[in-house]
Amino acid sequence: MSIRVIQPGVLTTVQDLGRFGFQQYGVPVSGAMDPRSLKLANLLLGNDPGEAALEITVTGPQLIFGEANYAVLTGGDLGAELDGKPMPRYQAVKIEAGQTLRFLGLRNGCRAYLAFAGGLDVPLVMGSRSTCMKAKIGGIKGRKLEAGDELRFRAPQPDLPFPERRRIGTDFVPQKQYELHAVLGPQDDHFTEAGLRTFFSEVYTVSADFDRMGCRLDGPPIEHKGGADIISDGIAFGAVQIPSSGKPIIMTADRQTTGGYTKIATVCSADFRFLGQLKGGDKVNFIPISVEQAQNVLLLERQYFRMIRDFLR
Amino acid sequence: MNNVRILLTGDCSLSVEFGNEISEAVNRRVRSFRAALENAAIPGITETVPTYRSLMVHYDPAVIRYDPLRDELEKLLGDSGDAPVPPGLVLEIPVLYGGEAGPDLPFVAEHAGINEDQVVRIHSSAEYLIYMLGFTPGFTYLGGMSERIAAPRLAQPRLRIPSGSVGIAGTQTGIYPVDSPGGWQLIGRTPVKMYDPEREKPILPEAGQYIQFIPVAQKEYDAILREVEAGTYAVRTHVRKED
Repeated sequence: MSIRVIQPGVLTTVQDLGRFGFQQYGVPVSGAMDPRSLKLANLLLGNDPGEAALEITVTGPQLIFGEANYAVLTGGDLGAELDGKPMPRYQAVKIEAGQTLRFLGLRNGCRAYLAFAGGLDVPLVMGSRSTCMKAKIGGIKGRKLEAGDELRFRAPQPDLPFPERRRIGTDFVPQKQYELHAVLGPQDDHFTEAGLRTFFSEVYTVSADFDRMGCRLDGPPIEHKGGADIISDGIAFGAVQIPSSGKPIIMTADRQTTGGYTKIATVCSADFRFLGQLKGGDKVNFIPISVEQAQNVLLLERQYFRMIRDFLR
Repeated sequence: MNNVRILLTGDCSLSVEFGNEISEAVNRRVRSFRAALENAAIPGITETVPTYRSLMVHYDPAVIRYDPLRDELEKLLGDSGDAPVPPGLVLEIPVLYGGEAGPDLPFVAEHAGINEDQVVRIHSSAEYLIYMLGFTPGFTYLGGMSERIAAPRLAQPRLRIPSGSVGIAGTQTGIYPVDSPGGWQLIGRTPVKMYDPEREKPILPEAGQYIQFIPVAQKEYDAILREVEAGTYAVRTHVRKED
């Protein structure tokens, strides 16, 4: 036993970057809601950036470790304490057998990622370790962590080289209002000029109804030209659906693969770092971005990841 | 190329849309283009998802950016005309109709003004095109059910429908691949697992194939169920006669 779950927290699941290649069969992609935080945690440990880790939501679990290893905690600040002392985020921390990790409460963001050197020993299902609760696959028996669960490290490295270099500044910084850059389409032609203006100028509030499938927003309704229904087509991570109520729903990791509502725009990949940290009450606004610019930003982010990896070689 | 639109779905995927209707002809173009795209093996394309009237193409912008990918796709749409789609494979799905397995069969029959046997005969005589999969793992969107056996959804959806249940909702018919709540009129059940994450091929049906329901009696149902549970059952198939 490497990790024993004493308290599971409200929603703690095993996630990697998702299950690709099975959307054609209706299998949701799943994976980390905030993929940047997952990748940073792994990179600091020398793991593959897509190694599976724990995604911890709002109220964290209480875990006891049965084996020494290095860990990195990233993402939102959930008040982590290791044996009663604050556990620093965004840096490699040595965990000793017998230590207890608990979370005092949410300070900012919504989700923290806890990665371990060498990853977690969880079976691959359709090429991924991500938990999809809807399909009941991945992680621990396709469900969230429960009290009494035990997890094993796959290839722990209690003697990880140069741990002092494995740190970066706090990457996730909470904002008063989150700016989400979005690429128009695929159904932007189903909205009036006024509707498009509303979408890009008004401020929206994340409703209490947010989960791994989608994030519902409250705010001024967005006007359609005709109806809100289309013949079902594919749904990308970050797609902003506008059903007949006119209130946006941003589709996230556990979204269904296809759907029949108009999608006005898609949040750019580089902004999933904010999208994955939204919780009820947070404010967002949308800013148009061209696909070229969105890809430039995404490639810059990849360059940053490569720099971290190369620095730690 | 007529009516084909390339739509933006963010910075890592796009959608090639072939029309704005649910029809076998439009769906065939989706599949034909998907086959052409697989042959072309454009580096950077990571996954494609066929739907009723469009193909979603996922790609890695570090390998190919949007503009050059769009050019490649337009070239392919220009040349391929329509690459031939091989004749459809028909999956023969055994179904125990009525009774406990299909508690709504009497309602569907009454609604249609015919008897239960006639409903079964109509439902099992067609080959239904799998337009696409979606909603839940292994759920097939089937086309081509006779309007004669169309029936409204339940006013009060059931909380738990066992996987394998075969139902009717409006002019749609389908199979529940996992236990789930739902409002379809249940007319039967198949012992075959459309979705089994433990199986080497976790999802049985594929978009572009067809499904034909084969009525079986309880004894045969039980025998097939034993084979399914032992992992020795192979679904029978035949090649569809082109019309």
